[in-house]
Amino acid sequence: MDAESGLRPEGHRGRLSPHKLPSVETMFVRLVYESFRRQTRRKMLVAVAVTLGAAVSTAMIGIATGIGDKISHELRTYGANLVVTPEEDDLDVQIGSVNLKPSGTGAYLDEGALPKIKGIFWRNNITAFTPELPVNVQVGGNEVTLVGTYFSKSLKFGTQEFTTGARTAFPWWKVSGTWPADDSDEVLVGEKLAQRSGTKEGGRVEINGKPHLVSGVLSTGGAEDDQIIAPLTLAQALAGKPGAVRKVLVSAVTKPEDAFARRNPDSLNVADRDRWYCSAYPQSIAYQLTEAIPHSHAEQIRQVAQNEGNVLSRIKGLMLLITLAALFTSGLAVSAAMATAMFERRTEVGLMKALGAGQFTLSAIFITEAVLLACGGGLVGFVSGGWLARGLGRAIFGSAIAVEPVLLPVILGIAIGVTFIGSAAAIRRAVKYDPVRALRGEA
Amino acid sequence: MIRHGSRSAMYFRMLFRAAALRKGQAVAALTAIVVAAAAATAMLNLFVDVQAKLRREFRNFGANLVVEAKSGGLAPEEISAIQAAVSGHGLAVPFAYAVARDEKDRPIVVAGTDFELVRRLNPWWAVSSWPQASGQVLAGVRAARLLTPGNASFSLNFQGHHIRVLPAGTVRTGAGEDSRVYMSLQDFQSWTGIAPSVVEIAASGPPEEVTSLLQQLQANLPNADVRAVRQVTEGQANVLGKTRSTLLSSAAFIVCTAALCVLATLMGWVFDRRRDFAIMKALGASDSLIAMFVAGEAAVLAFAGAILGFAAGSGIAGWIGRVNFHAPVTPRLSVFPPVLAGCLAVTLLATLLPLQLLRRIQPAMILRGE
Repeated sequence: MDAESGLRPEGHRGRLSPHKLPSVETMFVRLVYESFRRQTRRKMLVAVAVTLGAAVSTAMIGIATGIGDKISHELRTYGANLVVTPEEDDLDVQIGSVNLKPSGTGAYLDEGALPKIKGIFWRNNITAFTPELPVNVQVGGNEVTLVGTYFSKSLKFGTQEFTTGARTAFPWWKVSGTWPADDSDEVLVGEKLAQRSGTKEGGRVEINGKPHLVSGVLSTGGAEDDQIIAPLTLAQALAGKPGAVRKVLVSAVTKPEDAFARRNPDSLNVADRDRWYCSAYPQSIAYQLTEAIPHSHAEQIRQVAQNEGNVLSRIKGLMLLITLAALFTSGLAVSAAMATAMFERRTEVGLMKALGAGQFTLSAIFITEAVLLACGGGLVGFVSGGWLARGLGRAIFGSAIAVEPVLLPVILGIAIGVTFIGSAAAIRRAVKYDPVRALRGEA
Repeated sequence: MIRHGSRSAMYFRMLFRAAALRKGQAVAALTAIVVAAAAATAMLNLFVDVQAKLRREFRNFGANLVVEAKSGGLAPEEISAIQAAVSGHGLAVPFAYAVARDEKDRPIVVAGTDFELVRRLNPWWAVSSWPQASGQVLAGVRAARLLTPGNASFSLNFQGHHIRVLPAGTVRTGAGEDSRVYMSLQDFQSWTGIAPSVVEIAASGPPEEVTSLLQQLQANLPNADVRAVRQVTEGQANVLGKTRSTLLSSAAFIVCTAALCVLATLMGWVFDRRRDFAIMKALGASDSLIAMFVAGEAAVLAFAGAILGFAAGSGIAGWIGRVNFHAPVTPRLSVFPPVLAGCLAVTLLATLLPLQLLRRIQPAMILRGE
C-alpha cells in the first residue's frame, strides 16, 4: 500500500494515466520475476541444492519402501517357507534322506486341488510351489527313497496359466545333465547315490526292476543327494496312488510377522480380521492355503519364515534410518545454501525498505521466491530421484524400484518446508535491517 | 604511527576477523560442511560394519555345515575333534537318531541331542518349555498330539528296551522336527546305545573361513561326509551382496548431495565478498595472497567441519546400530582421514573456483558496483 500511494501523489494524476500504473499485484509479480531473471547465478545455486536434496530424498524413500519387497524376493532363494500337509496326517518317519514310513500308509492331498493355490488372495505373492510324494523303491538291491515332484510344470487356474516346480522353488539345486520333463519317465539321481551306485547322466537306473533314463545328476547339499527325484506322475505310478501328494512346499513373498500376525484370526472382530487376512503375513497366507486345498493343514516352515522375517526387518530398518538421515542431511544442506543466498541480498532489502516496502510485503516476496524455487527444484528432483531409484533397482535387483506418484506432494511439502526454514532466519534479519545502514553497505 | 605486525600475524588476524564479522554466513558454511562430513562418516562406518552385523543375523538360519557318519555312528574322539576345530568360531551340535515304537506299536523317530546347544543353534524352534531334568523329553507338536494328548508320561520301545518319559514341552518348526521326540544325549545313549551320527555346525565368519573349516574337517574325518548346506550359504551371500550394493549407492547419493550443497553455499559466500577482495587488491594485495587467504579460510572451515562432522556421524552410526541391530556400530578412526581429505577438497574447490572467475574483473569495477 505504501508503495502504491508513493507512486501516485495527488498532483500528478493528470500526467500519469491511471491504467498505466502497475497495481500492487503486478508490481509484486514483476519483482519476483525480475529477481529470478537478474540473479540467475544465485537462484541456480539454491535451485541445484533443492533439486539434489529432493532427488536424494525421493530416491531414498523409494528405496526404503521398495527394498522390503526386493530383499523378500531375494530371500526366496532359501526355498519354501510354507508347507501344506494333509489334515489327518500321521507322523513322518524320516532320518536324514531315508524315509522309513511304510508306503501306502497315511493321508494324501489331491493333486487336482493344487492349481487353487494360484487362486488365493495373495496369489501374486506365491513365487512357486512343489508337491512331494516320497516312495521307497528298490535300486540295485538297496532300498532308496524316490521323491516325485514338479520340475517345471505348466498348470492352469481359471484363465491364468503358470509354470511352477523345483527349478524355480529351489534355486540352489544344481543338475549336471538336463532336467527331466514332467511327463517323462526320466529321473534325477542324487550326487552321493550316483557315486555309490556308479550311475552317470545319460545312463540308466533300475527302479523296482524297470530301467529308467537318468537325465541328470542332482547336487543340493541336502537330503536329496541320497535320493532319486522323479516326475510326480512316475512316483504316483510306483506308489500305486494316482493323483496323490504327500505334501506341498510353497514359496511365498511375505512380510515380517509381528504381534498382530500371531493373533488367532477366529478371535478377531470383522475389521481386524480383514486387515489380518489382507496382510501378507506367513500366517495369513498359510490360513488361505488351508482354505484353498480341501482337508489340508498349512504351516510356516519356521527355519525359513522366521529368519527371513528377521533379516528382512533388519534391512528395512536400516534403510529407513538411512532415509531419515538422508532427509535430515539434505534438509540442512539446502537450508544452509538458502541462508547464504539470502544474506547476499541485504542491499536489495535496504533499497526496498527505503522505497517504503513494509515487512509483510518483503516477507511475502521472499517467501514466494522460496516456494517457487522449492516447487521447481522439488519437481525436477522428484523426477530425477524416481529415475535414480529405478536405475538402482534394475542394476542391483534386476527389477525397477517404482516411486509412487503419491510421494510427489510429500516431497514438494518437504522441499517448501526446508527452503522456508533455511530462509526464515535470514529473512527475519534482513527485514529488521536499518535501510540506511544496509544501503551504505555497513550491514 | 602504524604498528607493524608480522605478515603471518596479519594473515591470521584477517582470517578470524572475516569469520567474526560475518558470523551468520560462516555458521551457514560450517553447518553445510559438518552435515556433509557427518553423512560421509556415518555411511562409511555403516558400510564397513553392516556385513558383520547382518552375518550375525544370518547365523540364526542354523547349521551351514553338516558332518554325517558314512555308516554307523561317529566315534567320541571324532566328535571332540569336530568340537575342537569349531570352538571359538561357531557351534557344533551332535544328533543321534533311532526309530522307536510307541505303546500302539507305531514307528516314531527319537533323537538325542544337547538341548543347551540346540537352543543356540536353532533359535527359530518354537518351544513351549525346554526339558530341565533327565527323563524329560521335548515332543514335536505332531508327535505330541498322537502320543500324549493329555501331556502325560508315555513309554517308548526300542528293540525290546522300554523307557518311560515325561514331555516337558512341545517344539514347533513346520518341518521334520514336528514328528520327532527329542531327549538328552545321555538318556538316549543309555537307552539305545546308539552314538551320534550327525553333527550340525553353525560356523560364523566370512565365506572363506567357512570353506577352510569345511576342508579341514573333510581332511580330518575320513569316515564321515562333510558338506555345506547350500540352501543357507548361497542365500546368505546373495542377500548380503545386494544389501551392501544398495547401501553403497545410497551412501554415494547422500554424500554427493551434501558435498554439492557445500559447494553451492561456499561459492555463494565467496561471490558475495567480491568487494572485500577488491579492496584488498586495491590496497596492493597480490592475487596469490588473496588466494592464500581464501584457501586458509577454507582449510580452517574444512578442519573444523570434519572434526565436528566425524563426531556427529559416529554418533548417528552408533544410534542406527543400536536401534536396528541392538549392537552399536563402533566408530572407526580410519574413517577420519578420507572424510577430512574430502572436506578439504570440496571447500578448496568451492572457494578457489569462484575466485578464479573474479580475478578477471578489475577491482575498480567491483568497487563501483558494476
